Amino acid sequence: MIRMYKIGVIGDRDTILAFKALGIDTFPVEDFEQARKALKEAAQKKYAVIFLTEQMAEKIQDTIDLYVDKMLPSIILIPNNRGSLGIGMKNVKSSVEKAIGVDIFLNEREGEEIETGKNH
Amino acid sequence: MKTNVNPTRMELTKLKKRLKVARRGHKLLKDKQDELIKKFVDLVKKNKELREKVEDELSSALRNFVMARAVMSKEIVEESLMYPVEKVDIDVETGNIMSVKVPKIKIHKKKKKASDNKYPYGFANTSGELDNAISILADILPDLLELAEIEKTCQLLADEIEKTRRRVNALEHIMIPELEETIKYISMKLDEAERANITRLMKVKEMVMEKSV
Repeated sequence: MIRMYKIGVIGDRDTILAFKALGIDTFPVEDFEQARKALKEAAQKKYAVIFLTEQMAEKIQDTIDLYVDKMLPSIILIPNNRGSLGIGMKNVKSSVEKAIGVDIFLNEREGEEIETGKNH
Repeated sequence: MKTNVNPTRMELTKLKKRLKVARRGHKLLKDKQDELIKKFVDLVKKNKELREKVEDELSSALRNFVMARAVMSKEIVEESLMYPVEKVDIDVETGNIMSVKVPKIKIHKKKKKASDNKYPYGFANTSGELDNAISILADILPDLLELAEIEKTCQLLADEIEKTRRRVNALEHIMIPELEETIKYISMKLDEAERANITRLMKVKEMVMEKSV
């Protein structure tokens, strides 16, 4: 099954403008409600990969969760121009914890995070 | 804890069959889980490395971009980026890892113009930072898409592993012990009935013997 899909970027205008030069469709949004709407809209259309800035993702996690167990779209969090919040990395770790039960990258974490890791 | 059943021979055969199926299913699911975890660990390591790399480079690209915006006027930036030189589409195939459907993404670039220039603008009004930002972004785009593929695969696998583990546990700790207990209960009941029957027969025989003598 091969089908043509598109790539989309959702985020604040300043960050995603750079992606426009690559020929990726951009959805500039200003607040979380707009981001939510844009994400839903993009997911319904033929967007297989949606890049979403962490700053937006932080507040609309519930909408992102709708698509976690679907094959498409793949929603990938990216840092915005103010730097990374580490949410994308945290998601990777949480899926490790979900699958294996313990975080196998635990030794690479910082001190205070090990404390929270032990509670699981 | 045994389920409420009639202690009959037919029920016993049925339960024994179910136990056999449950054991087989448990073994298969356990194998599936092991394999999934093996695949998952490989992938998630790659996922982590890739994400670190992409986040790093993306941050630097965006920093450059911010700089570019600072030195150029807003209109010029927007105007420069208005018409991309290429259109990026992707092919998505469905891959299969232990019957989990995963996306396989292939990049598909379409040049709009014949030129080799990857910048969609002339150099007269723009700054070098913008060139840097666009260049880095264009370079990491394949990585970004690979990350999209791998991260999604990891999420799907994690989901499947969780589901499989729940099933394995349900079979191992609930279904199978319950079936075993019920089978034990029925066979004991049947044995008891058998013994009662034998004793009764012996008693009857004794009475008949006594009478005939």
